[in-house]
Amino acid sequence: MKKESGGSALIRALADENVDLLFGYPGGAALHIYDAIYQQDKVQHILVRHEQAAVHAADGYARATGKVGTVLVTSGPGATNAITGIATAYMDSIPLVVISGQVASHLIGTDAFQETDMMGISRPIVKHSFLIQSPEEIPEVVKKAFIIAKTGKPGPVVIDVPKDMTDPNHLFDYQYPKDIKMRSYSAPSEEEESNVDEAVSLLEKAKKPVLYAGGGIIQGNASEELKKLAKIMNAPVTNTLMGLGAFPATHENFIGMLGMHGTYEANMAMHEADLIFALGSRFDDRTTNNPKKYSLNAKKIHLDCDYGSIEKIINVDVSLNGDAKKILNQILNKIDPKNIDKASIDLWNNEILSWRETHGLNHDLLDKKFHQKQILPQQVIQSLYKSTNGKAFITSDVGQHQMFAAQYYKFDEPRKWINSGGLGTMGFGLPSAMGVKFAFPDEDVVCVTGEGSIQMCIQELSTCMQYGLPVKIINLNNRALGMVKQWQDMQYGGRYSSILYEDSLPDFVKLAESYGHVGMKVEDISELEERMDECISMKDKLVFMDVYVDPDEHVYPMLEAGGNMSEMRVSKTKKTF
Amino acid sequence: MSHISILMENQPGALSRVVGLFSQRGYNIDSLSVAPTNDSSLSRLTMVVKEEESVISQILKQLNKVIDVVEVQNLSDIESVSLEIAIVKLKITEKEAKKIIESAFPVVGEIINHKDAFVMIKLIGSNHEVDDFLLSLNKQKFLEVTRSGLLGMGTGENFLISESETTIEY
Repeated sequence: MKKESGGSALIRALADENVDLLFGYPGGAALHIYDAIYQQDKVQHILVRHEQAAVHAADGYARATGKVGTVLVTSGPGATNAITGIATAYMDSIPLVVISGQVASHLIGTDAFQETDMMGISRPIVKHSFLIQSPEEIPEVVKKAFIIAKTGKPGPVVIDVPKDMTDPNHLFDYQYPKDIKMRSYSAPSEEEESNVDEAVSLLEKAKKPVLYAGGGIIQGNASEELKKLAKIMNAPVTNTLMGLGAFPATHENFIGMLGMHGTYEANMAMHEADLIFALGSRFDDRTTNNPKKYSLNAKKIHLDCDYGSIEKIINVDVSLNGDAKKILNQILNKIDPKNIDKASIDLWNNEILSWRETHGLNHDLLDKKFHQKQILPQQVIQSLYKSTNGKAFITSDVGQHQMFAAQYYKFDEPRKWINSGGLGTMGFGLPSAMGVKFAFPDEDVVCVTGEGSIQMCIQELSTCMQYGLPVKIINLNNRALGMVKQWQDMQYGGRYSSILYEDSLPDFVKLAESYGHVGMKVEDISELEERMDECISMKDKLVFMDVYVDPDEHVYPMLEAGGNMSEMRVSKTKKTF
Repeated sequence: MSHISILMENQPGALSRVVGLFSQRGYNIDSLSVAPTNDSSLSRLTMVVKEEESVISQILKQLNKVIDVVEVQNLSDIESVSLEIAIVKLKITEKEAKKIIESAFPVVGEIINHKDAFVMIKLIGSNHEVDDFLLSLNKQKFLEVTRSGLLGMGTGENFLISESETTIEY
């Protein structure tokens, strides 16, 4: 049995956990660990340019692959820089293991150089955290961390490692545990038959059902089961922002994303439904509007692996707590197609189609009749969809571009849409695209961003050059912080407080070129599609495509604050209430 | 008011995870008592929280999600007994103290220390009883009090004990 130090044991444990990529940034407290990385070749370390990007990259990797993303940072500023990334993963339930260096045990609490209380700072934004107290416990802690991160409702786990715990001179016998013993922690499983029966009975009785699926269906790998249920019932399906791809966007039963900027038909359907089946979604405030006025006529079934998410915001008639795939299979085994009210559901589907015809988003905006002087951001997304045949991994930052991408890129598969839905972290797009590209080097990986967000992690252009990551960056450049501007237009009388750059934007083409990448600028709609094709076809180059879009465009529909799900603005001048 | 009992891992950080669930939501914990149990790897925590029932039910769910939390029991939902222990320091003579104790019923009191001009009395009672008793004390002579917080336990077969460890493989 080969003896290991704490540092080498840590890396060996990652290798035993089949970790191939470790995103990180070195520093004093982590140096023993970095020396251990140097002396092996199973775990490849990816040097980013900022710790926030390390966490986002691991996060993108985790979202795209379904595996646990792994991060290594040093103590103090390394740890605090990682916090935004950890909070991002926590809000979207992404499995990560984040290892942070810490000052030596005897220095903890002395305000030592680069000391920060990582356990304390990260506590509210982790699923769990460990402070290593002896080198010998490292293998077991790593095993526990991976199991906790991945099972149940996934989430980030922090392992804080004081420097003396990785001392290369302290050697011990290494053994990686096959399993672990934990009290009171178990993975979610099936639901009791009686609850499933109740749910099935509501599903069979429904005349106006909506299947409302969120990120939990993606995390729970239950898309196939959802498709089967939708088919049996011929029920309309809406996805949350986090759930896009859980159900194919080009499927005839798909009615678009719901919520704040959801489609008119999806929000109307939620309001008029007589049954809402929430699957792996958590009635987030962006999808319910005013909970007091939320879908008052609908019976509600809520399936979630997290018992704490059930009845947190909306009371339900039946709760199904457990594994999405298993419970959906229980339902599929029990539901009897003969009992489903097909005639009523046909009428319901027609009603939804008529809503789509009034205010839907199903127009080809690249059609010449929609050509205006300025490029519309929606046109850019439709052009991207065409150039990538709808098959690309799309990461996004946060703001108007994110909503346009969610509305207009039709995701047919889970894990293709990578965005910070819960925390809404600007700066997420580029580093998460790196993580995806590492996992899928032969696939198109596109970061849809804006000139505001991209500048929050733009230093990663350097990382992309170092590791040869030919991601595509589509910058919807409206020369302003667009989503804030939209709100200032709508609610603050057009008083543009702190959203303009006053001619200080960089020349993004030159900026990309200075890192050795390809830059492109597009200002004219007539060249958009051709340049987009050109951009996507450069398979081994990172292309930064800076597209000047109409700075006055707003995202619609938009739910009216405090209203119900049918109260929307559908354009600058039209509202439904 | 809810009286909640929690069995948790006797680990550094476990208490802050539990307390954090309350503080991050802006809820105040009225009383809190923590100590090891007959199993030294476990601590038992008993707390009183004055919040609406919907808030409590949400908090109980969140408590169950904390990895270090092994079991949670809402003593207010089951038949349970509760009591509080307090130590009071008064500037009185031993004779006066004995008189106070005699009139303290239903609170049970006992002199546990007498030094210089000060007497310490140990009190046991329900928390209302202890409240009432403290209110009845002469403020000039009543110097200091420490209270255990409301302790409690379910009656009969309402146990709060750890289930056996589950082995997780993956």
